[in-house]
This record gives sequence, structure tokens and C-alpha cells, in this order.
Amino acid sequence: MIVYLLTTFLFVLGLYCLVAKKNIIKKVVGVITMEYAVNLFLILVGYKQGGIAPILSKGMSKTEFVAHAVDPLPQALVLTSIVIGLGTTALMVALCIRLYERYGTFDMTEIRRLRG
Amino acid sequence: MNPVLPLFIAVPLGTAFLILILAKLWRRIGSPLAFLATLCLVIFAISLIGRQPGIYRMGNWAPPWGIVLVSDGLSTLLLLTISIIAFLAIIFSVRYMDRYTSKPKFFALFMLMVGGMNGVVLTGDFFNLFVFLEIASLASYALVAFGCEHEELEASFKYLILSGVASTFLLLGIAITYSLTGSLNMADVARTVGQMTSNSAVLFATALFIMGFGLKAALVPFHPWLPDAHPAAPAPISAMLSGVLIKALGVYTLMRLIFNVFGLSPFISSVLMVLGGLSMVVGGLLAIGQDDLKRLLAYSSISQIGYVVAGIALGTPLGILGGLFHLINHATFKSLLFLSSGAIEYGTETRKLSRMGGLSRNMPVSTTSAAVGFLSISGIPPLNGFWSKLIIVIALIQAKQYILATVAVLVSFLTILYFMRVQRNLFFGDVPAGLSKTKEVPYLMRVSLVVLALMCLAMGLFYPYLSGAILDPARDALLEGTAYIQKVFGI
Repeated sequence: MIVYLLTTFLFVLGLYCLVAKKNIIKKVVGVITMEYAVNLFLILVGYKQGGIAPILSKGMSKTEFVAHAVDPLPQALVLTSIVIGLGTTALMVALCIRLYERYGTFDMTEIRRLRG
Repeated sequence: MNPVLPLFIAVPLGTAFLILILAKLWRRIGSPLAFLATLCLVIFAISLIGRQPGIYRMGNWAPPWGIVLVSDGLSTLLLLTISIIAFLAIIFSVRYMDRYTSKPKFFALFMLMVGGMNGVVLTGDFFNLFVFLEIASLASYALVAFGCEHEELEASFKYLILSGVASTFLLLGIAITYSLTGSLNMADVARTVGQMTSNSAVLFATALFIMGFGLKAALVPFHPWLPDAHPAAPAPISAMLSGVLIKALGVYTLMRLIFNVFGLSPFISSVLMVLGGLSMVVGGLLAIGQDDLKRLLAYSSISQIGYVVAGIALGTPLGILGGLFHLINHATFKSLLFLSSGAIEYGTETRKLSRMGGLSRNMPVSTTSAAVGFLSISGIPPLNGFWSKLIIVIALIQAKQYILATVAVLVSFLTILYFMRVQRNLFFGDVPAGLSKTKEVPYLMRVSLVVLALMCLAMGLFYPYLSGAILDPARDALLEGTAYIQKVFGI
């Protein structure tokens, strides 16, 4: 239970960082933190205390396998989601660099040409 | 098994990579390849009309273990819309994109976006939905920033951050759904959820999905990225974003999950209708004061998406029909308007309404087709926008939603009001000093404008044929609700 609470805390921390910080790099860090909290949650969904890798070895009965093996699907999902996260992060950082070139600042309150 | 279905995803994705590789040999390869690919997609989509719902099992693994692609009336409607608008936008961009550098990258990203949207519309399981959604979104972030000027970068960054948060919420929703049901296949999830008694975790997952997809669809509390992102993109991309992306990624996915997976409860229905009503009013009111033509169009997109969502969320046959009809109508006339705004910008080098005037003399084709779009979105008979708004209002009255019906009628007057102002500023009056030498846009750009304008007219005049061929199957796909399960497992 405590692990879930910590994951929630990590998620909310990321959201706070995204909303409250003015520096766009810190905002990027906030988004990444949120993504990782969700990844952690997905892993927890398939986690079992003392679980084994989901490979059926010789001499293991099916009931024993089902009782001990962790769910492999969330792990596959998390791998995919990390790769997607990498793409998003790369694009975000590239945009930050370009924004710095144009505006000469990382402060979101000064990057404000669009309004209305 | 319908072997055409995977091609909808494979063709655009393959073309995107081919363009980037072949562009090293020949720099102008982008536009012909993209043209051919989108033409193929249009042909495939037309071949799906009137076909029975079909599924394609990836690697021949049966659901719920394998990955399936599902096509029914609703997917066909969306595929048709995506391919036709993409095809016309590609024709438009051949000349329009001359002003930008690295055209091959533009076409590659464009095809990536189309592939992602087709995947979202066809997929039958949650995780692929997320993956394709991210493919389409990532391509769209990059396309919004394509100009690499101050405004483009700022808009793209805002869009990326907000949309990234939405994706995170969606992934959380998917994780909760998976932990509840132990499956990612939509039909399987629907079966498990249907057997559960009311469960607060399901409601929480639904709330996360409404928030995530609502942000992608730019419903009102989640809208602030849209008026920045859509105007900043190059005109053909604005047309794609406003015309189809918000519908494929937002409205379609939301409706598929609400109707076919979780089931439409009265509570969810009223939540969506309130969001729809809010979007209509706020989008309409904010559009009035805009001086930037593309920004005005972006706000009006929010307002029109409100109509679509309010109509479909009503859940009655007529409401869904009206909502879906308005969805495809909005795709045509908003793409037309964004492309014309691009043509006007191409001719005059400005987007400020206050600096334009008397354009109908120098740019007769562009302004006439733009006028068709303006009349259509304002709901003037016999153009298509009139019929869909009429159907939505009648459906709202039939369902005794008098307040929302009044709002819909009033907002439609508001729409006429701001588009009248645009027409007056753009087409009539004296030509400002700098604009006297404005020329009509190149031939290829005019082709897409005229085709879209004719489509607006034809969809209004030949509504009964349209309804029988593509709208009714789409409506039935939503109405049958969780009969979706049998469709995936039974065939």
C-alpha cells in the first residue's frame, strides 16, 4: 500500500513542478517525473512479492507458475512507454534549446508573445 | 479478415521513412510520394464503404490475446475523412511549402501524423491506441514548430507540455483499466466491465479518459493550447489539426470508449453535454474579438467541436447522427477555411484582418471558396453546416434539453456575427495601399480550395445519399453500444 502512496506522491510532485515552476527546463523535468510515476504504477500492477520471471521451466507445475510468476504484460508496456517518453523528452529539450536561441531566456513568464 | 486494414497504417508509415531516405538522392521526392500514398489511402477508404464490419488479427492471433484492428461504420467514416482531407492538404502544400526549408521532413512528418491517426481509428486495444496517439501527437508537435520562429516554438512548447500531461493521464487510465480487468483488448475490457457492478475505479478511469481525450479534442476547460498551436502551424497543417486531428484523437477515441467499452451512463452523458455546451459558448465568445484570421478560426473550431460532442453525447439516434454529420462537415469547411487563410496569407503576407480589404477583386477563386466556407460554417442553407446544426438542435429539443438547444441556436447566431465581420474585412471595402498588387495563388492550391468548396455544397445537397452510405452505419456502430464485443469476438 505504501508503495502506491509513494507513486501517487511522485505523480503529484511532477504535476506541482509543472504548474508552479517558471523555468521551462524545470517544467520538462516535471513532465518526465509524471511519466515515470505512471510507469512505476504500471510495473506495480504486475508486481508480486518474491515473484519469478514468467518463464515456464522444467518440472514446474502450471498452478505453481501462475501463483509465482509476475505478469509480463505491464513490463512490455512500460518498455514501450519509456521509448515514447524518450521521443517526447528529446523533442521537448530541442524546443527548449530553440526557445533559448530566440528569446534568450528559459523563463516562461518572459516567453509570451501569444495571448488573447 | 480484411487484408486492407493494416495497409492504412503501413502505407503512411512506410512512406514517411521512404521520403526521408530517398530525399538524400532527390530532394523533390517528398511531394510525389506523399501524393501517391494519400491517393492510395483515399482509394482504400472508399473501398471500405458499405462493407460489413471486419477485423484483422495481427499474426493471426485471436483476440483477446492477439492484437486486432477493427473496422466498423464509425472507423470507416473517420478513415474517409482523414484520407480525403490529407489528400487535399498534400495537394495544397506542394506549392505552399515552397516558402519553408526542408520540405522532405515536412512530408515525412505529415505522413507520420496520418499513419498515427489511422492507427488510432482502427486499433482494437488500449495500448496500441496510446502508441498511435503518441505517434500522431509527436508528429503534430514537430509540425506546429515547423517554422522555427518565436511564435511557432512557443505555441509548440505549450501544446507539447499540455498534451504530454494528457498522455500521462491516459496512460494512468489505461493502467487502472488493466489492473481492473486484466486485459487490454477493448472488447474484452467491455465484457469484463459489463459484468461488474458499479465500481468507483471504473468511474475514475473514465474521468481520466475524459480529461485526456478532452484535452486532445480541446473541449473547454482543456482548450488553451489550441488557439496558439493551430494558427502557428503552416496552413495545410492547421487544416489537418483543426480538420481531423482533434476529431480522430479526441472525439473519436472518447466516443469509442464511452459508447462501446464503458457504456454511456446518464451521468457521463450529462458531463459531456455540459463540456460541449461550455465549448460552444466560450469558443464562440472568444472568437469575436480576434484580429488574427487563423486565431479566429481556431477559436471557432473549439465552438464547433462543442456542437459535435453535445450532439453525440445526447445518445439518441438523431443526436448521434447530427453530431457525426457535423464532425465530417466541420472537417470539410474548417480545412477549407484554414487552407484559404493560407492562400490569403500567401498572397498578402499578413493574417491581420484590420490590414486587409477588397481581396475579392485580385483573388477571385480563393475568396469565393472562402466565402462558401464562411456561409457553410455560419449555417446558411443549403450548405452542409446548416443541416447538421439543424439536426443537432432538433435532437436536443426532442430530448427535452431546452437550455442546451437555446445555447446551440444562440451560438450559431454568434458564429454568423463574427464571420460576417471577417467577410466584410476580407473581401469588400477599399484595398489597402500595400495590397493592390496581390495575385491569385498558384493553380495547385486553387484545386484543393475549389474541391473542398464543392464538397461543402455537395454534402448539403446530397445529404440523403451521404447519410445512407456512411453516416447511418457510423451511427449504428455507436448506438449498438457493447454489441461491439460480439463484433470483435464473433467474426
